[in-house]
Amino acid sequence: MSQPVETTYRECVKQAIREAMIRDQRVFLMGEDVGHYGGCYAVSKGLLAEFGEERIRDTPLSENAFTGIGIGAALGGLRPIVEIMTVNFSFLALDQIINNAATLLHMSGGAFNVPLVIRMATGAGRQLAAQHSHSMEGWYAHIPGLKVLTPATLEDARGMLWTALEDPDPVLIFEHVMLYNRSGTLAADAGPVDIAKAAVRREGSDVSLLTYGGALYKTLEAADKLAEEGIAAEVVDLRVLRPLDTATIVASVARTRRAVVIDEGWRSGGVSAEIAARIMEQAFWELDAPVERVCGLEVPIPYAAHLEQAALPQVEGIVAAARRSLGR
Amino acid sequence: MTDIAPPGSPAPAEDPRAPRPHLSRGHLLELLHQMLRIRRFEDRCAELYSYEKIRGFLHLYDGEEAVAVGAMRALAPEDAVVATYREHGHALARGVPMPAVMAEMYGKREGCSRGRGGSMHLFDRAHRFYGGNAIVGGGLPLAAGLALAHKMRGEPALVACFFGEGASAEGTFHESLNLAALWKLPVLFVCENNRYAMGTALRYEESEPQIARKAASYNLTAVTVDGMDVVAVEAAARDAATAIRHGDGPRFIEAETYRFRAHSMFDAQLYRDKEEVESWRAKGPIRRFRTWLEESGLLHPQDLAGIEAAIEAEIEEAVRFAEAGGWEPVGELERFVYSEGAAAS
Repeated sequence: MSQPVETTYRECVKQAIREAMIRDQRVFLMGEDVGHYGGCYAVSKGLLAEFGEERIRDTPLSENAFTGIGIGAALGGLRPIVEIMTVNFSFLALDQIINNAATLLHMSGGAFNVPLVIRMATGAGRQLAAQHSHSMEGWYAHIPGLKVLTPATLEDARGMLWTALEDPDPVLIFEHVMLYNRSGTLAADAGPVDIAKAAVRREGSDVSLLTYGGALYKTLEAADKLAEEGIAAEVVDLRVLRPLDTATIVASVARTRRAVVIDEGWRSGGVSAEIAARIMEQAFWELDAPVERVCGLEVPIPYAAHLEQAALPQVEGIVAAARRSLGR
Repeated sequence: MTDIAPPGSPAPAEDPRAPRPHLSRGHLLELLHQMLRIRRFEDRCAELYSYEKIRGFLHLYDGEEAVAVGAMRALAPEDAVVATYREHGHALARGVPMPAVMAEMYGKREGCSRGRGGSMHLFDRAHRFYGGNAIVGGGLPLAAGLALAHKMRGEPALVACFFGEGASAEGTFHESLNLAALWKLPVLFVCENNRYAMGTALRYEESEPQIARKAASYNLTAVTVDGMDVVAVEAAARDAATAIRHGDGPRFIEAETYRFRAHSMFDAQLYRDKEEVESWRAKGPIRRFRTWLEESGLLHPQDLAGIEAAIEAEIEEAVRFAEAGGWEPVGELERFVYSEGAAAS
C-alpha cells in the first residue's frame, strides 16, 4: 500500500476517467461541455488537452441523441462514458436509456449487450432549484437491465468507474453535487472496487442507519451525535441501488433489530420504500421497532437556501428518527 | 437503364461496394426474387395471424419491398443495419434466415430473439442486424453511434438506418442528423416515406412535407427517389454508399413509397380512400418491375415459376421450423436482463 495522498472527490472522478482512457483505447468521454469548457463541474478539466477531441468529445444539447449514440457506440465495440450534465437533463434521454440501453439485451434474446457507462450529477444543496437538483437515482433503480451506482466516498469515486466500464451491461453512476469538493486522503495506488456490495461505514449494535450518496455524511454525523447519547448506530452505505445488496441490509438489521432509511429522494415509491419493503419481507421477525424513514420532502426542490435545506434530510431529523426507533 | 447485360449472360460476382448496379439478368431476377420473397412471406404471416399462430402487432411491409431490397444491395457483410418495427422485409433482405424470423413471429425459442422480441424486434448478430425498434425514431441515434464506433475504430463499414417519414417529426431525427453530419459519420439514412404516420397523413403533421429538404438543412446530401422502383433505389443507395465509404459523411435517401395494407392488423383505414390505395397498387414495386422485365424479354414464364416455387419451399420450411420449435421455459425468463458472465462484446 502506497502513501495516502490528499485529494478530492472531483479529482478522484477525473483520475478514474484518465486511467480508463489510458488503459483502454476503446474508452472515450462524450457529453455537453466536457471538452473545451472542462466539464460543468470541472471534472474533465484538462482532459481535452491530454486526449484530444476524438476521445473527449463535446456534444450539442441533444441528450437523447448523444446518449443513444453512446449505446450505438457500445454496440459497435467501444466503451463510451456518456456524461449527462445533471440528473434532470437525463429525462431528455429517458427514451434511449430505458427503451434501448435497458432492453436491448433481453429484447434481442441475448444477442446484443450494451457496455455503456452514463455519469451524471445528482442531488440538491447548491440552490439550483427544481430543474437541476433532484435525486432520481432511485427511479432509475426501478428499471431491470440497468445498474445504478452511487459513489459516496473518495475510494468509490476513484474505483467504481473502471469496474463499471468492464461490466458488459449499462451502468449509471450518480455523483452527488455536494460531494465534488469533498476532500480527504486516498491511497495513491487506489484502484477498482466492486460494484455489487453495500459497505458498513461504521459499526454499531443499536440501530442500522441505511443510506447512500450525498446523505452518507449527514448520516455519519448523526451517528456521532447518537454516540454522545450512548446509542451505537451502524451506518450502511448502499453504494449500489441496483442490484440492491439486500443481504448486507438484512444482516445489519438482524444485528441491531432497528432500521432507519435515509434517502434524499422522495419518500413515495422511492429507494426508502423499497428498502423498507425488503426488510419487511426478509427481516420482519428480527425487528424490534417499525422501520423509520428520513426522506426528501415531497416538493420540487426550491431555490431559497432555507427552503432547500428544509426539503432535505438533516442530521437532527436522522437523530430523531433513530431515537424514535429506540423508543426514546 | 442503359447497362443491361443481354439475357443469358453469366451473372458476375456482385460487389455490393460497386458504385452502380450491374444490371445483369441474374441481378434483376434476384431483385424480383427478393421482393416476391418478402411479399409471400408476409402474406403467409397475415394468414398465420388469422389462425392465431402469430399475435401482438404485425406491421406488413406490403408495397414497400423495393426500398429494403434495393438499399440492401449496396451493403457489404461488415455493414450494420438498424430498422423499424416494420422490419420483416429488412431482416429478410439482409439475409437473416427466414426460419429464425418465422420462429420469432411464433414466439418460439428458436426465433432470432428467442421469443422475446416478436415481429417488431428481430435481431441477428451474424448479419449485424440491430433490430427492430418500435419507438419511432429510436433507431437513429443507435445508427449514428454504431457509425461513430466504425469511424473511431478505423473500420470501413457503414450503417444503414431505415425509418419512416413519421420519424422526421421526432427529436431524434434532428439530433441524429445534426450529429452525424457534424461528425461526418458513415450512416446511410433511408427514409421510407409511405405518406402516413400510422393513420395521419403527411399534410397533417409536417410543415415541410419534403423530408429530404429537412435532412439537407443539416448540411448533408439528401435525395428523393422513387421508392416503388427497386433499381432506382439500388442505384441511389450505391451512389450514397460509395460517397459514405469515401469518408464524405452521412447521406440521406427519401424513398417515396406506399403501404398497401393496414398499419397493423387492426386498422379500418378510415384515413384514406380505396381509390388512393388502388392507384398506388397499380404502380406497385413488384407489379411494375415484373411487367417491365417481361416486356423487356428478361423474365420468362419458367423463370417466374422457378422463383415462386423456391419461395414457396422456403416459406414451407420456415413454417415447419417454427411449428416444430419449442417454447422458452418460463424458468429462463429472467435470462438476458443482464449478461451472463461472458465478456462484453
